[in-house]
Amino acid sequence: MKTQGWGNYPVGEAAWLTPTKPGAIGRIIGNTDTLIARGAGRAYGDAAIGAGATLSMLGMDRMIAFDPQSLELTVEAGVMLDDVIRTFQPRGYFPASVPGTKFVTVGGMVASNIHGKNHHKAGTFGSHVTRIRLVGADGKSTACSPTEQSELFHATIGGMGLTGIITEVTFRMQKVETAFMRNELLVARNLDEAMRIFEESLGWSYTVSWIDGLARGNALGRSLVIRSEHAKLSELDGWRARQPLKPAPHAFLNVPFNMPAMTLNTLSVSAFNQLVYWNGVRQEGPRIDHWNSNFFPLDAVHHWNRIYGARGFFQHQCVIPKARSRAAIGEILDRVARAGNPSFLSVLKLMGPDEAGLMTFPMEGYTLTLDFPVSRKSFELADALDAIVLAHGGRLYLTKDSRQSRAMVEAGYENLPRFRDLRAASGAARKFKSLQSERLGL
Amino acid sequence: MTARTLLVIGGTSDIGLAIAREYAAHGWDIVLTARNPDDAARNAADVQTRSGRAVRVLPFDVLSAASRDELLTNLEPLPDTVICVVGVLGDQARGESDPAHASEIIRANFEGPALILDALAARMITRGNGTLVGISSVAGVRGRGSNYLYGSAKAGFSAFLSGLRNRLAPKGVHVLTVLPGFVRTRMTEGLKLPPPITANPAEVGRAVFRAAEISRRNVIYVRAVWRLIMAIITAIPERIFKTLKL
Ligand SMILES: Cc1cc2nc3c(=O)[nH]c(=O)nc-3n(C[C@H](O)[C@H](O)[C@H](O)COP(=O)(O)OP(=O)(O)OC[C@H]3O[C@@H](n4cnc5c(N)ncnc54)[C@H](O)[C@@H]3O)c2cc1C
Ligand SMILES: NC(=O)c1ccc[n+]([C@@H]2O[C@H](COP(=O)([O-])OP(=O)(O)OC[C@H]3O[C@@H](n4cnc5c(N)ncnc54)[C@H](OP(=O)(O)O)[C@@H]3O)[C@@H](O)[C@H]2O)c1
Repeated sequence: MKTQGWGNYPVGEAAWLTPTKPGAIGRIIGNTDTLIARGAGRAYGDAAIGAGATLSMLGMDRMIAFDPQSLELTVEAGVMLDDVIRTFQPRGYFPASVPGTKFVTVGGMVASNIHGKNHHKAGTFGSHVTRIRLVGADGKSTACSPTEQSELFHATIGGMGLTGIITEVTFRMQKVETAFMRNELLVARNLDEAMRIFEESLGWSYTVSWIDGLARGNALGRSLVIRSEHAKLSELDGWRARQPLKPAPHAFLNVPFNMPAMTLNTLSVSAFNQLVYWNGVRQEGPRIDHWNSNFFPLDAVHHWNRIYGARGFFQHQCVIPKARSRAAIGEILDRVARAGNPSFLSVLKLMGPDEAGLMTFPMEGYTLTLDFPVSRKSFELADALDAIVLAHGGRLYLTKDSRQSRAMVEAGYENLPRFRDLRAASGAARKFKSLQSERLGL
Repeated sequence: MTARTLLVIGGTSDIGLAIAREYAAHGWDIVLTARNPDDAARNAADVQTRSGRAVRVLPFDVLSAASRDELLTNLEPLPDTVICVVGVLGDQARGESDPAHASEIIRANFEGPALILDALAARMITRGNGTLVGISSVAGVRGRGSNYLYGSAKAGFSAFLSGLRNRLAPKGVHVLTVLPGFVRTRMTEGLKLPPPITANPAEVGRAVFRAAEISRRNVIYVRAVWRLIMAIITAIPERIFKTLKL
């Protein structure tokens, strides 16, 4: 069956396996030549497309236990983040770290070791995982934690499904008093200002900025920085105070089919970026909103990826060591603006140090995320951006990647040799293969 | 006030799980039955974790009279609502030449569910209230060549539910018949189902809770289009119907 990631590029041909209970996975592994686990398919590129078979985890959607004392929730790996939040937020609990979409599985969050807007304070999702169950190449299920099978545990956090199939995850939630967020929106007229605001906002739980990717010259890097906290009960008034744990409505907007490739031309992206920016300028100041629109604005429109048309798009997300961030991000933004190649969504964020997983993406420094429609011009631009990232000691996020070179990944991930050794020793290298692992020799 | 209790007969089923989740989210305690209680333990933990409600599992095989007696003994107190989800799609072609298989299809879809609901109805009459829900099927509205063993058993079950409703109406016990239409579950895995008329289990769960506990409906289709589809199917004259490939 034709199988692709969120970017609709590349398209693979994979046999799908759809087990309905975790107990069946061991036998499936024995009967299958090579396979890779797939959650909700929100990785942008080729990470969740099997080189042989693709094993869908979505039938494993049961919750297993919750301990209100330790705040630990145990679930099967195919449980969706949306389901976790809808179930637990009305009870006053929220995951300690979430990505920019709630339509991901918990297993996928572990395998990509995702980060959220609070990475500088809370670290990656993996740093809140206390235990997993993993079925390895021999079909046996092993419990791993920071203290038992710790090497396997660390290789699996951020291991892109390449150590085995994660069947169960135990992770810590945080307590929240309300479903609402208290935000401050600040306008940064250029990159230096944006970075200064990030530095000054280190005490805030959540920070992120939307960059106008087409601004140039003195305005290069002009952006809207949003910093947020979970709102306390005492900070709400009116209808919110009466319904402090109000659940989210279900999304109803949908992009029903791929849009013609012309939709996102430079003009419309430019208009969009200006709109976001000037809208932000008007709204500057404090504001209360719901977690749903705060964390997951894009989820309001189902299948928004189709606005890029059938050829698809890709994301370029890099992280640069802090000391080199200003120089590198400046060069990248300048390069993108000069190419006139529009990035619809451009996001900048300051990350903290991270050692939750062997192949973890975040490091202390700035991460920049850019979207590009698939085209030769975009790929050439991305190659040029890679050179800048490499020169400044950065790396690319595997779960967003569909195109980087082996040299690039080898330079970026210093633990890759150990990861490869581990995979070879456990037999995982022969069993668990994605198009990405084949392309990059992971 | 103590919580109300729902009994789901067929606690390993995908539709049964969705219904249990919905009721538990509304504050009900849950009892699940399964032929093999270990199989239902996974669903019991799920419902309990999500809702914080009490969830128990009891063994029950609808094909066994001894098992029925055992369930009736263990079932204390009597649940407020009972939902029978048990069903077997079976293999029509095999049933045509293997009477044992045909018998299992007919008994698991009709005889077994009818007998346990009848026994529970008697207790609800004594108590003076309660709700009984049967998950039947649109396949029971008209027999088709491709699945008439399943369809006729569901037809029997639907007629049973309608009679039961008629009998219990003056006694304060409500009976709801559910005709889900296509639902994406383990039973229909691998079948090509047209998305606009195919529900997901959660949708069935919400529809059943609303119809059984709030609007007190008698017969529901989960997606309204099925009422229209079945009206058309019923209207086709038999002399034409018999020549169709269905
Ligand atoms: C709109 C949008 C916003 C996003 N924002 C962020 C963000 O802010 N921060 C961030 O970090 N990421 C972000 N992402 C990326 C996303 O969080 C990750 O790609 C995540 O892994 C997707 O989860 P999934 O369940 O869809 O996994 P898939 O895409 O199906 O799989 C991703 C990887 O995980 C592996 N995997 C999945 N399940 C298992 C399992 N059970 N066992 C072993 N391996 C498994 C796969 O093999 C694959 O390598 C975003 C993605 C989108 C579409
Ligand atoms: N899916 C659809 O499209 C659809 C459409 C219309 C109606 N329905 C009806 O909806 C109901 C639930 O179906 P589903 O889709 O959720 O399928 P399912 O998951 O296969 O559920 C069937 C249930 O019946 C139980 N069962 C079978 N034989 C039994 C027996 N002898 N004793 C006790 N329990 C027995 C099964 O238990 P075990 O695990 O022990 O086998 C299982 O819990 C069925 O009545 C079905 O006919 C389904």
